[in-house]
This record gives sequence, structure tokens and C-alpha cells, in this order.
Amino acid sequence: MIVSLTLILMAQLVGEAAARGAGLPVPGPLIGMAVLLAFLGLRDRATRLSERVLPRPLVDGTLEGTGKGLLAHLSLLFVPAGAGIVGRLDVIAAHGLAIAVVVLVSTLLTLAATALTFVAVARRMAPRDDPR
Amino acid sequence: MKGDFAVWVYLSHTPLLWLTVTLLAYGVAERVALATDRHPLANPVLVAIVLTATVLWLTGTPYATYFEGAQFVHFLLGPATVALAIPLYEYRATVMRALVPMLAALVVGSLVGIVSAMSLGLMLGIPRDVVVAMSPKSVTTGVAMGIVETLGGDPTLAAVLVMLTGMTGGILVTPLMNRLRIEDRRARGFAAGLAAHGVGTARAFQVSAVAGTFAGIALGLNAFLTAILVPVAVGFLR
Repeated sequence: MIVSLTLILMAQLVGEAAARGAGLPVPGPLIGMAVLLAFLGLRDRATRLSERVLPRPLVDGTLEGTGKGLLAHLSLLFVPAGAGIVGRLDVIAAHGLAIAVVVLVSTLLTLAATALTFVAVARRMAPRDDPR
Repeated sequence: MKGDFAVWVYLSHTPLLWLTVTLLAYGVAERVALATDRHPLANPVLVAIVLTATVLWLTGTPYATYFEGAQFVHFLLGPATVALAIPLYEYRATVMRALVPMLAALVVGSLVGIVSAMSLGLMLGIPRDVVVAMSPKSVTTGVAMGIVETLGGDPTLAAVLVMLTGMTGGILVTPLMNRLRIEDRRARGFAAGLAAHGVGTARAFQVSAVAGTFAGIALGLNAFLTAILVPVAVGFLR
């Protein structure tokens, strides 16, 4: 697990450095995600070499387990930031109701527009390709 | 009684107490979610936040003190975002097959999110600077705060709106998709991630790995597109 976490942190570090260094508007962790994706692709392209060179946890599924463990509790990770927001609800107090209406309606519209577009285009491309 | 008080004063200033409170609140929220068969209203993020905020309020604990403990959890958001690569890689074949629907949904969803927030805001007479802070409400906090700051808006307000949007989306996505009769897990997940960033993605992962994967992609792509579109849209506001 430590080896896997080290790799994940390294990917994030590369991402943060790239984001800061190049002044990209994308957060470092998202670039880190691309870095980890590239790592996984390269690892499986050169299976022989990976198994000889890389630490065992990175090739035997431990890395995958660690990552999925983190994602299984993604909800937990929003609690600290969310608790902070509760104390700052005063910033919306002045326009409270109007803001609540906008957030609610706009979020519903966004969800519906996204999903409906996805389904419509997917159906047009391959009429019988709805997995699960 | 004096001794007890001393213990409290000591503990309330250590990271240990507030880290434990955060994990306990989440544990309780998870139990509630499971007991209600993951009912959308029993969203673990919402329940855990309410529980934690209640404890902070009752004990009169300043947020800065709380965060000293909670930062260890908060920190993991970065690594968790990186870890999105793992399901993405695992389902790459499914993802590649859905490339065109994803890109179409990304453009439409991102535009609807920004334009609807701004136009509704203006219609309801919300001041321009608040409307600016509202426009990137569907993307992750860090990106939204960055966008709003460059445009001269209030980043704190943006963060509050992002979180409210996340909760709203995380709670509403399942009932809305059921109402619209959308069963495709890819579409449901993609919508959750696009409209409600990480909170929507967390919800999607609770439902299925495929939904979570598509939510993660949508979160990433929309952060990128919104950073480009919002400044353009705000330009029209003058």
C-alpha cells in the first residue's frame, strides 16, 4: 500500500509541478491523473520489463486496490471542506432564496441536458450499445 | 470538573480529536445511507457535513482549529483525483467506445450549466458580481475559485456555491435520471460528474464503477472546458 501511495503521490507531484510551472488552468491532481494513466498504459505494454523492474505492489494489483480504496470513500474527503462552507453560508444570505433557486434549477438543467445528450448521441451511433 | 475541562481544552486543540470526529461523522453517515438503502437524501456527504458542523457549533470550535485535524482527510482529495486513473484505465475499452457521446454531452452540459446559471441569476435580479461567482458552480472548488478570482469575483462565495451545487447534484441525480428514464450508467455517471464535480462522482461510485468512471472523466473534462468558457460568457455580461 505504501508503494502504491508513493506512486500516486509522485504522479500528483509531477502534475502540480507541471500545472504551476506552465501556468495551466487545470489543477495539478488532474494532470497527475493523466500521468498515472500513462504509467498504467506503459506498464501493461511492456509486461516483461515491468515485472522485472517495478516493485511487486505496482504489478500485482495492489496499486489498483489502493486506488479503488481511496475512491470508495470519496464522500469522506469532502467533509472537511463542506463543514467549512456551513460557517460561510452568510455570504449567500443577502440573496439566499434567489441563489438557492438558481443553483437548484441550473443543476437540474445541467444534469438533464448532459445525460439526454449522451443517450441521444450514443443511440444514434450504435442503437444497441447500452451496457448495464 | 476542573480536570475534565483541562482534558477537553487539551484535546480540542489537537488534530487527533477533529480527525476522529470527521471519521466518526462519516461512519455514522455511511450507516444511515446503508440503512436507508442509499436513499438520495441520506447522501453521506450531506449527513456527515451536517453532523460535523453541528459538533463544531455546539462546542464553539473555530473552523481553523477543526481543520488542523481534518486537513489529513482533505489532503487525500488530491491523491483520490489521481486515483481516478485506475478505474478509467480498467474501463478504457468502454470509455473509448463512448468517446463521441461523451464529447457531445460535455459541450452541451457545460454550456447549459454556465448559461442557465448566469441567465437565471440575472433574471432573478442577482448582482453581476454574484452571477460571476455562480457561473463555474459545476466544477471542482479549486478550479472554480481560480476562475472567479481572475474575473474579479469573490472566491469564497464561489466555493460555497460549488459545494451547494455538488450537494444538490449528488442528491438529485438519481431521482432525476429515474424520472427521465435514463438507465445508461455511463450517461448517469457522466451527468453526475459534469454537473456536480467530486460530490456527484462520489455518488456515482456508490452506484457502480462504470458510473463512477464516467463521472470522473466528466469532472476532469468540464474543469478544463469551464475554465475556457466562463471568461467568454462573462465577457458578454460587460
